[in-house]
Amino acid sequence: MSLTLEQVRRVAHLARIEVSDAEAQATLGHLNGIFTLIEAMQAVDTRGVEPMAHAQDLAQRLRTDQVTEIDRRDAFQAIAPETEKGLYLVPQVME
Amino acid sequence: MKQWEVVIGIETHAQLLTQSKIFSGSSTAFGAQPNTQANAVDIALPGVLPVLNRQAVECAIRFGLAVDGQVAPKSVFARKNYFYPDLPKGYQISQFELPVVVGGKVTIQLGEGDNLTEKTIQLTRAHLEEDAGKSLHEDFNGKTGIDLNRAGTPLLEIVTEPDMRSSAEAVAYAKALHALVRWIGICDGNMQEGSFRCDANVSVRPVGQKEFGTRREIKNLNSFRFMQQAIDYEVQWQIAHIEDGGRVEQATVLFDPDSGETRAMRSKEDAHDYRYFPDPDLLPLVIDRDWVERTRAAMPELPVAKRDRFVADYQLSAYDAAALTASLDVADYYEAAIAVCGKAASKSCANWVTVDLAARLNREDREIGDSPVSAAQLGGLLARIADHTISNNIAKKVFESLWNGEGASADEIIEKQGLKQITDSGAIESLIDAVLAANPAMVAEFKAGKEKAFNALVGQVMKATKGKANPQQVNELLRSKLG
Repeated sequence: MSLTLEQVRRVAHLARIEVSDAEAQATLGHLNGIFTLIEAMQAVDTRGVEPMAHAQDLAQRLRTDQVTEIDRRDAFQAIAPETEKGLYLVPQVME
Repeated sequence: MKQWEVVIGIETHAQLLTQSKIFSGSSTAFGAQPNTQANAVDIALPGVLPVLNRQAVECAIRFGLAVDGQVAPKSVFARKNYFYPDLPKGYQISQFELPVVVGGKVTIQLGEGDNLTEKTIQLTRAHLEEDAGKSLHEDFNGKTGIDLNRAGTPLLEIVTEPDMRSSAEAVAYAKALHALVRWIGICDGNMQEGSFRCDANVSVRPVGQKEFGTRREIKNLNSFRFMQQAIDYEVQWQIAHIEDGGRVEQATVLFDPDSGETRAMRSKEDAHDYRYFPDPDLLPLVIDRDWVERTRAAMPELPVAKRDRFVADYQLSAYDAAALTASLDVADYYEAAIAVCGKAASKSCANWVTVDLAARLNREDREIGDSPVSAAQLGGLLARIADHTISNNIAKKVFESLWNGEGASADEIIEKQGLKQITDSGAIESLIDAVLAANPAMVAEFKAGKEKAFNALVGQVMKATKGKANPQQVNELLRSKLG
């Protein structure tokens, strides 16, 4: 399987990464290299093997339901580009 | 004219009743100042890691047991990728291929009285996920304001099969689910605050056609009334559109309560390409049998089981039993009252709870949990009706006095206000004699065959006893006097 330039552009767009034509071309090469590797791995017979969700064979640790955090809004907002009335301001989003 | 069949599936986001967020120790309390309950995890500062809240998982297990679904021994959190300013990580942590609850069912009731029917709505799945923040679109110098207090609030998304065939069925399902999540204590069900929000997937197809039509998803229905209106409008729009030769395009639509119409959101070609993948920050969630069994043992009797038991134990109609099991608070109140007045008064107790008490609570916009008349007080009152100490009419007066805190018990009020029923027939007879003597015209009318005059005389006697005589006894005594 190999990718097309169009697919690379689409993935870049979904990830909101701006790529120039030259970068798209270079990335196509890199990604196709990775797909070649994946293709080689797919030759391995994995019938009867349960897919892994995580590289470590461990279970999720759970937290007791307790409020442990204090309000640190001022500290967080000190590094925000723009705030008003306690809100973070961002370029207008229209739906 | 073609006949159309409506097909509806519902997705519900129920906010889980936890103190802290699903992956952080921030508070989930509603109504705080913006961004004061959003910590480094919630605002997605680099380098932070999510840690799963045990209580959120416990809520999911309770739900799985309540709907008779399978609680997955192993489920996996996945990243749902999309960009929006109120989603600071650029992805929502959700579950995709392996959700925490698989299958299950919710039974709904339709119609009333003799036309009461039941239908089972199959659930596809329920999964745990985090809520996003809130975008405030009022103009801040041409900018949008972001409040991340809600970001990371635990949600259970509950998805049905496309099993509903009308807006009435959809609303009945939403109401049954709403009652259930509150019943098992996993969600407060507050729709105004957004704790329980529904999306409805609606399509139509010609009756008899096997394939589903193309669906449109109505987002964020936050009241049962809006759900009904939105689906009715959407169905009628889709049918008219197809009959005019158009085709329904898959879309997300919003309901505008002011116009009563649904309208498509600007479609984004990539909107549904979420590129899910297992979240490497979270290990699989493992729920052992032991945890499930411990949770099962702590579950309350469920609504359907309780309803059936009420019918069997208290000889109630299906309708009364359903009304009394509308919420756990109502059911508990009823049984606490029965414990005082006895099972013999079960029907009368059902009437008092679902009619008199409900109307009185409604008038003051109160919940049964903070009723001024306790279940024990109502039970005490019903016991006095049952043993003929007072009539039903006088009981309404006593109830009002209890409501206003004029006494600690029905007995105290009956005693203090002298409301005890007159059962001494000698006393009633002498009052009857006085009434007959004072109303010769009515007596003459009765003797001339006018039954109405008899009722008027009963009324006069009841008035003379200040309502304290047993009307049936008055009837009998009066009849024998006149006869």
